[in-house]
Amino acid sequence: MKIFHSSEAVIGLILIFAMIMIGIVNPAFWDLENLFGLLQSNIVIGIMALGVLLVMISGGIDVSFPAIAIAGMYLAVNGMLMTNYEGVFIPFAVSTLIGLLLGGMNAFFVHKFKMIPLIVTLGTASIVRGLVLGIVGTSQINIDRFPKVLINFTKADIYTIVKPDGTTSGLTAMLLIYLGVAITVHILLRYTMLGRSVYAMGGAAESASRVGFSLKKTTFFVYCASGALAGFAGMLHSSMIWLCNPRDFVGMDMQVIAAVVLGGASIFGGSGSVPGTMIGVFMLVMVKSSLILMKVETTWQLVVLGTILIVATALSALRDRKNRV
Amino acid sequence: MGDVYLELRNISKRFSGVKALDGISLTIRPGEIHCLAGENGSGKSTAIKVISGVYQPDEGEILIDGQPIIDMSPVDAIALGVQVIYQDFSLFGNLSVAENLALNTQLREKRTWVNWKEVHHLASEALSSLGVTIDLEAKVDTLSTAQKQLIAIARSLMSNVRLIIMDEPTSALTGKEIASLFKIVRDIQTKGIAILFVSHKIREMLDISERITVIRNGRKIADGSTKNFTEAIITKHMTGLDIQTEHFVWDNAESTPVPRLEVKGLGLTGCYEDLNLKIFPGEIVGISSLLGSGRTEFALSLFGLLPGYRGEIRLNDQAVNIKSVQDAIDNKIAYVPEDRLSEGVFPTQSINRNILSTMYSRISRHSVIDQNKAVQLASAMIEKLAIATPSGENPVNQLSGGNAQRVVIGRWLLTGAQVLILNGPTVGVDVGSKAEIHKIIRALTREEKRLSVIMISDDVPELIQNCNRIVMMHKGRFVEELVTARTSEDEINAKLKSFR
Repeated sequence: MKIFHSSEAVIGLILIFAMIMIGIVNPAFWDLENLFGLLQSNIVIGIMALGVLLVMISGGIDVSFPAIAIAGMYLAVNGMLMTNYEGVFIPFAVSTLIGLLLGGMNAFFVHKFKMIPLIVTLGTASIVRGLVLGIVGTSQINIDRFPKVLINFTKADIYTIVKPDGTTSGLTAMLLIYLGVAITVHILLRYTMLGRSVYAMGGAAESASRVGFSLKKTTFFVYCASGALAGFAGMLHSSMIWLCNPRDFVGMDMQVIAAVVLGGASIFGGSGSVPGTMIGVFMLVMVKSSLILMKVETTWQLVVLGTILIVATALSALRDRKNRV
Repeated sequence: MGDVYLELRNISKRFSGVKALDGISLTIRPGEIHCLAGENGSGKSTAIKVISGVYQPDEGEILIDGQPIIDMSPVDAIALGVQVIYQDFSLFGNLSVAENLALNTQLREKRTWVNWKEVHHLASEALSSLGVTIDLEAKVDTLSTAQKQLIAIARSLMSNVRLIIMDEPTSALTGKEIASLFKIVRDIQTKGIAILFVSHKIREMLDISERITVIRNGRKIADGSTKNFTEAIITKHMTGLDIQTEHFVWDNAESTPVPRLEVKGLGLTGCYEDLNLKIFPGEIVGISSLLGSGRTEFALSLFGLLPGYRGEIRLNDQAVNIKSVQDAIDNKIAYVPEDRLSEGVFPTQSINRNILSTMYSRISRHSVIDQNKAVQLASAMIEKLAIATPSGENPVNQLSGGNAQRVVIGRWLLTGAQVLILNGPTVGVDVGSKAEIHKIIRALTREEKRLSVIMISDDVPELIQNCNRIVMMHKGRFVEELVTARTSEDEINAKLKSFR
């Protein structure tokens, strides 16, 4: 069967199987409210994952995106408070731009000095987190001070259900933003030469430059995009939880990378797709929320998530090695 | 055909003072198959890079269709019809066949968007023009080397190509695949496209090409119609030496010599059975067989890597029990494996360290290495084996195959080895370096220590030239022993054929 040759199909089938299993153990899983919540949890991780996906296809890795997300959102929200700005577009634009610039810094070191991306982005992450806490501040912006305009912006729902007890539960409209980003990245990767250059570079960088791709352009594109998406996702995250914490996103790097690898991207670069990544993100979020539903302690959740990362990576490495021989 | 497509006139290219190309001239006519012959390091790859615009020459002219081309870039070269197929094919293993084929065309057209329909259309046209069928959706990683090469060729034909340069195109192909490659090359030739074969394999050059240019040390040594060349002439031009074809003669110094190594009834289930062999000091004994005869297993057992054998191994008339590599080293047995890059050397480590790697315990006191002694020993060995390197500190992976092989041999000589087992000693080594290695090995057998050598090789002429005895091995047994002076290449080849 040809369909099983595509890794998205395989991951999709695993996901459906897992959903059925979880549904049997816990029928409440299929409640619309639970599903809405699950989908909502996909948004921020998902947008970050799409950025990391780009970097990973190109053969690199980015672990600086949580720090970049914090820098973007904390600076933007603080800026709003200081200027009493009442708008949505500019803060998001600022946060995205900060991410873009920091991503550009990653790209500069990776490209110019041929440094190992893991080291560069680890360094960037540490510098950025340190600078934010040291210069901008360490205090959390709670709901009492949080800009109302952002709260109202994320309150929009696409669809609302009224529960038997009269309370309502909605599917957030922010999901549309996630879908929009996903479709954009998908089109970029699949239907533009820039997107194909990301695959070419991840497959064989030397050959890519020989046939005439600019590795510089591609490197800057993937790291800037990853940074920009992180900045945007940070702002969205903050707006959705009505809170801005400069110490947020601890452990997010691992979760996002696990999701991307679960979604079929190769740790060696050269493969990965948007649909796969979205499924990977969904799977990770689902496992996390099921662990919470099953009342597994957070410490043990870490063990499970770490295991998922290692197993998924090992399987992907195994698959790629087989293909190479 | 008097017209000329491409001409190099007195091209020189220097790299930090070293002349990689020194006044090279080369003419390529439309539709000819031209061979550029030379050993590793002779300047072949620099020449390719000059023709394809990767390097700009320091002196000299490039003319295409009689027009001098100044400051040619890779893009210019492609536009003028030059395509290079590198040894690694420059393909993308993670992308589909179709995309690999169409990518260059799309880049050339400076597209922003990918039109997948057109990608497929272009790709299927390219393959059908070569007369081959390969699944367009398959990822290139899943294809065989020969198929990858076909795709690289098909891709180069998609532009307005006038010259295809093939860099060592046959090195990873089987005999059958080489034949079909040659057929395709002749096919391309009929379209008026010139082919420049860059190779060091003399037999193939004589087989396929119409004209040959031989270069050595960056200089053109000879060129002309292939008719005027023979294997011996090309070898001489490539190496600059008359390769001695004098046979090795064992000079038996003692009247009743004690065997250096003796195996009696050696057996290892599933690998080899009942092996009996005596090797005397200063002898070079060859083992000739088909692959899978158990010869490598025999060597590995002698070196302690496959212990658990039955029978007896005696060294200098003393029974020894070899259970580990350490036992073998202690008994002065050394082994140089077939695949030296993965098994023999530490590629990223320096030459010195590689040579000394078995020696460190002996040149250190209280676990502190005596650095002076280390450098002394290593540089003496580099000199003795004539390893071509500016410094012993350079990593081994910068050396050519022949020099890397000498590093491995040198390491074992330092341990004071008395028995040296060479498995495929000159696989992937070019002609000149090969002769040099043979010379070194012969010299070692005549030194004071009178090294005994077991040479395992598929290269029958190599065995004939360098061994005084050759043992034929088949299905785990020594079936026959031949005295080299009374046999011939043909006889051994015939015996090998009968084993099939």
